[in-house]
Amino acid sequence: MNGDGKTLPGTLADEPEIARWIGIESDGTVTLRTGKVEIGQGILTAVAMIAAEELDVDLSRIRVVSGITGEVADEGVTSGSGSMEQSGRAIHQVAAEARAVLVAKAARHLGVDAESLEVEDGTVRSPATNQQVTYWELQGGRPIEGEARGAVTPKDPALYSLVGKAIPELDAVAKVTGGAAFVHDLAPEGLLHGRVVRPPSYGARLTSADTAAVRAMEGVVTVVESGSFLGVIAESEWQAVKAREALAESADWEETAQLPDEDTIAAWLVENETAAHPVIDGTPRDEAVPEPAAPEGAALTLEATYAKPYFMHASLAPSAAIATFEDGRLTIRGPSQGPYPLRRALAGSLGLEEEAITIIHAQGAGCYGHNGADDVCLDAALLAQAVPGRPVRLQWMREDEHKWEPYSPAMTLMTKASLDSDGNIIDWNLDLFSTTHQGRPRPTTATHSSLLADWHREPARDKPEAKPNFSNESGAHRNAWSYYDLAHQRVINHFVGETPLRTSSFRGLGNYANIFAIESFMDELAEAAGCDALEFRLRHLKDPRGRAVLEAAAEAIGWPPGKPGSGSGKGIAFNRYKNGKAYAAVAMEVTVNEETGRISVDRAVVAGDAGQVVSTHGLSCQLEGGVLQAISWTLKERVRFGPRRIESVDWETYPIMTFPEAPPVESILIDRPGEPYLGSGEGSQGPGGAALANAAYNATGVRLRETPFTPERVRAMLVAAGRGR
Amino acid sequence: MTETFTLTINGAERQVTGDGDMPLLYALRDALGLTGTKYGCGTEQCGSCSVLIAGERAFSCRTTLAEAAGGDILTIEGIAQGDRLHPLQQAFIDEHAFQCGYCTPGLIVTAKALLDRDPDPSEDTIATALQDNLCRCGSHPRVIAAVRRAAKELAK
Repeated sequence: MNGDGKTLPGTLADEPEIARWIGIESDGTVTLRTGKVEIGQGILTAVAMIAAEELDVDLSRIRVVSGITGEVADEGVTSGSGSMEQSGRAIHQVAAEARAVLVAKAARHLGVDAESLEVEDGTVRSPATNQQVTYWELQGGRPIEGEARGAVTPKDPALYSLVGKAIPELDAVAKVTGGAAFVHDLAPEGLLHGRVVRPPSYGARLTSADTAAVRAMEGVVTVVESGSFLGVIAESEWQAVKAREALAESADWEETAQLPDEDTIAAWLVENETAAHPVIDGTPRDEAVPEPAAPEGAALTLEATYAKPYFMHASLAPSAAIATFEDGRLTIRGPSQGPYPLRRALAGSLGLEEEAITIIHAQGAGCYGHNGADDVCLDAALLAQAVPGRPVRLQWMREDEHKWEPYSPAMTLMTKASLDSDGNIIDWNLDLFSTTHQGRPRPTTATHSSLLADWHREPARDKPEAKPNFSNESGAHRNAWSYYDLAHQRVINHFVGETPLRTSSFRGLGNYANIFAIESFMDELAEAAGCDALEFRLRHLKDPRGRAVLEAAAEAIGWPPGKPGSGSGKGIAFNRYKNGKAYAAVAMEVTVNEETGRISVDRAVVAGDAGQVVSTHGLSCQLEGGVLQAISWTLKERVRFGPRRIESVDWETYPIMTFPEAPPVESILIDRPGEPYLGSGEGSQGPGGAALANAAYNATGVRLRETPFTPERVRAMLVAAGRGR
Repeated sequence: MTETFTLTINGAERQVTGDGDMPLLYALRDALGLTGTKYGCGTEQCGSCSVLIAGERAFSCRTTLAEAAGGDILTIEGIAQGDRLHPLQQAFIDEHAFQCGYCTPGLIVTAKALLDRDPDPSEDTIATALQDNLCRCGSHPRVIAAVRRAAKELAK
């Protein structure tokens, strides 16, 4: 709440000072500061569009400052599809308030009423007197005074000239010409190159390494050894790569890891539950787990179990960061999604005051959640401390990323529901099993750290104890609570405390697995009820915005599908992300080769409603990219591991979708002018996976309940059903 | 063994001193500051490091300096004509054919090799030509549309 008793939108409630967000510079530009960072999702372009629209300045005047500790608002982590809702809504309001301040000043300057003034590209004009003054003449270089108060009404969406348009990303030209765009490409004066040598398995201890021989190699500046942490610094990048290879070859390790059997991980999760909590309306409660009800009037009861394996973020670039340690101060350029939380963690790890550390966000490749981006910053800092005054660019090799990034947890989901004689759901149960999805940086203590190098160097710290997550629509239970209007829901979050494989947040957290299960099961129930799958969903969904995306996707794919088993099929699925963000429905058409078991996705459509559309192509790309990524997860992806080591070490051992496998995807945006922005970046993977499963069923008559749907697995299912040859 | 190699890059002769077995990728990025060509895997599995040598796509992460010496090398930095973007580059912007953009330079140079030998490729031909390039953001159909758009532009 602010002084006028109004709740300010998004992060503005915590950071109401106008100058914290917007600066009118003396050179005719506008500085826009956001705590959110660019991870390929187009957020900086979207918030720049909002600011330009509300301020009435040309987009080319906006200079975005993002993710620099001390300079921008602390907006936590760029995650959870929260950026448009937190930063976007804040900037929408604060830019409108900044415009009001500037126009009021202009009115005084010109001696006319503020209401009579018009603004075009920062020039405030009085049509009556034909006088004008610019924002830059009024305010250039001096901070705008005051706080946002919520009293200014932003522009009527009917008057938008920029918001809702397809605008190229701000850095589009740099990205197609090879201009410096990523942290990997920055080369400050005096740059040194760093690499790390990681243990061969979780918990392995270094017993010996020939650091002297590596130090003597050409170009090697030094070797950093602490406990089981090994790093090398060299003058050139190739020298660093060769030195890393030599160091790795010379190292001996004692390995102790004992990993569960990959093939039975779904059952292992159920056997290793350590706590169970009922989820009510998206929030787990620390209460006794209720017994399943025996519903009266049940005509039919169905049960099914679904599972997904571990996935990896599989960013195209390995993580990288540049650190400089000088006069007791540390500066890091890196791709962390949360500069402030990372700084708090690093301060504890390195024994520095937070104020002695500056984190400057620099882009990595798309991360889709918490990959190695934070870990690599500690690695870079540890090496930079060995060469004060020289910047060190620490880059992981491909196998470092594949083996050490924190994965998306495997999950097992059990569903059970009853229908009455009219085919209505009268009882609904979902029991989900998962290890933690929370591995992002937390403040490092004397004994525990979230950052990888702290587990290896002396004094070694443990990973933080995994704890059940009681936040609304978070962790494994994200979207476990069904959005459908169901008379009775019983949702249980079964927590597995052990983390045999390192896990953390991956695009959508539990959403993908929960929606895969819920939306596959909806189809199974629809069939049992003798009802069309679309009709069955609409029967249980009152929200008109949810119905609208389902109907749009169905129409675009050419609903209804034919009878199951023809070899080609259609499927549909729906979710509202986090049950409060963007709506998305996905429909898909697939062909299944019954001889090989290979599923080809021929075409996909996604219909989305994210409130007021800001950047049409930004939203389309997020929705389409989410569907394509979900197809890749669902058909191909599974982190491979043996009894001791991770075996997915490159793109052959962790294959992802290729160009010939990618179907065309059509996106349908349902614009809601004036409605609040709704986070969309994670909205389409859940229904993407489920629509694929439903289409595969329609094609084959065989229900696939465990991903990935590899040709071998599909063929075995078909043979078991007497279908394949 | 350290030697000096002469490379023809984007039409200009450049000298690089280093091991003959150093991958061209490191010569480009580190020695010459041509950072548009990316490291992704180092094992010819992702295509981020793609360059053209004598008009054919080469994985610069596994092409040694000794092998590259004397060849006519084209990188992403050499594709535009001054400030004028190549039709492929413009088409990637117009079709919004990237999200994070890390795989983009490798895709553009690989697509250029295709269009140079086949000015009117079908969507399937484009997908096949790009089968050794990975994209994780899910821009595949837009990339294929961008290559089609560029082909039409080049035919004008």
